[in-house]
Amino acid sequence: MSVKLPMYLDHAATTPCDPRVVEAMLPYFTETFGNPGSRNHCFGWAAEEAVDQARRQVASLIGADRKEVIFTSGSTESNNLAIKGGARMYELAPAGSGKPRGHIITGNIEHKAVLDPCKRLEKEGFEVTYLEPGPDGIFTAEMVKGAMRDDTILVTIMWANNEIGTINEIPEIGKLCHERKVLFHTDATQWVGKMPTNVIEDNVDLLSLSGHKIYGPKGVGALYVRRRKPRVRLIALQEGGGQERGFRSGTLNVTGIVGLGKACELCAQEMDADRERLGKLRDKLENAITSRLDTVQVNGHPERRLAHMTNISFGFVEGESLMMACKDIAMSSGSACTSASLEPSYVLKGLGIGDDLAHSSLRLSLGRWTTEEEIDFAIETIVGAVEKLRMLSPLYDMHKEGIDITKIEWAAH
Amino acid sequence: MAYSGKVVDHYEHPRNVGNFGTTSEVKERPDIGVGLVGAPECGDVMQLQIKVNQDTGVIEDARFKCFGCGSAIASSSLATEWLKGKSIDEGLQIKNTEIVEELSLPPVKIHCSVLAEDAIRAAIADYQEKQQKQQ
Repeated sequence: MSVKLPMYLDHAATTPCDPRVVEAMLPYFTETFGNPGSRNHCFGWAAEEAVDQARRQVASLIGADRKEVIFTSGSTESNNLAIKGGARMYELAPAGSGKPRGHIITGNIEHKAVLDPCKRLEKEGFEVTYLEPGPDGIFTAEMVKGAMRDDTILVTIMWANNEIGTINEIPEIGKLCHERKVLFHTDATQWVGKMPTNVIEDNVDLLSLSGHKIYGPKGVGALYVRRRKPRVRLIALQEGGGQERGFRSGTLNVTGIVGLGKACELCAQEMDADRERLGKLRDKLENAITSRLDTVQVNGHPERRLAHMTNISFGFVEGESLMMACKDIAMSSGSACTSASLEPSYVLKGLGIGDDLAHSSLRLSLGRWTTEEEIDFAIETIVGAVEKLRMLSPLYDMHKEGIDITKIEWAAH
Repeated sequence: MAYSGKVVDHYEHPRNVGNFGTTSEVKERPDIGVGLVGAPECGDVMQLQIKVNQDTGVIEDARFKCFGCGSAIASSSLATEWLKGKSIDEGLQIKNTEIVEELSLPPVKIHCSVLAEDAIRAAIADYQEKQQKQQ
């Protein structure tokens, strides 16, 4: 078994650029370098044509019209523009009026790039409900329905969760929002490019996506803004030259946009085959780990989740030492114990997973070039590491002796 | 986080891993002191056992188990090395700052050394308590 080390199993954090994407981008650095805003010479026209093609490629991947695609710097910006720009446009009362400005619904295990804009809006006089999922991690239309009020103006729920890969009821939530005439945004960063998407059939008004999660470059993403039924308007966050229909001023990142377009085109062609292949490898990884080790738990709904990733908690071992034992594998620790912070993942805690298990979770996410040999190596490494650390763990001894560690009075430190 | 060479060495080759019997067995042994400190939800639990020669008061052997990060494992492994051959009084002299220095622990990992010192004190206290009960 020969694999190249270190190996990369953290594709939910970022992906390498597909070489075909890089190739498509290169001419736009040096030859076709014009500013698409230059309307009066061929350099500008050529750049505009390239951006237009990319817009079609992005739109085609998500079932949108090209006029509905706004290029941004990535999902964080797209989320900010959709949530803050949407809330400020559809507010019920203006800032400073002292009246309630409107109600927003989101989830407590959303990405920080959704939670923090929501918290900002709370400070500005909006009210926010943070839905709590069940132990399976899924947000349902029923949950959203239960939180809906007469003054609800915006719902923002991610399509697939970045830590556990669970898939929310987006088409159903979208349908509900349309019935109630409430604006609906979804952060689809982990979803788009992996799963078939149609913003019309799936009832989405605003959708965020990112280039670097789908084998495109970093620093570029897009926001889908629906133009018909309803025609969505936003208050821009960034003002200037009026690019992107005024939603996002600033000279376009032509090279990045060309790369994003190419990445979307490739995903459209290859995602079905990628998903099937990676799903089998993911299942092999999960089955091996859960059958060879006791007291392990796969987090999130067993079926309703993305095929290329898994999040597994290991009882009686601590996350940071587990990462240390698997130093040849780049993956993500469910616990954020990497620095001064000893906080376990808020996403796992949001599922009601105890601190002890949330402290020792691994997120493994596979990608377009992950091989079966790599998965075999990962299985042996992780199983070996957990066995070694359990040899060292006083908690595992107690567990074997039948002592319930939750009943011990531990001195917090 | 980059670990010092000594932390990595203790982590990869931990010294004196184990115990002198199950929880209930060591409870009955007057020559053995057990310290169990930390908490699972904080991400660190250390168990330290010392075996003392009851005639001389010398710590003849020490064992540890640790649930925690690399620095916590290294701190408790080092503690067992230092305890062996020391008297009870000498054992109580071990300071967390010496562990920090020996392992070059960064500021965010100082709590690991504090926990190791707590474990030493807890194990010795447990031994002394058992001795008093015997008399």
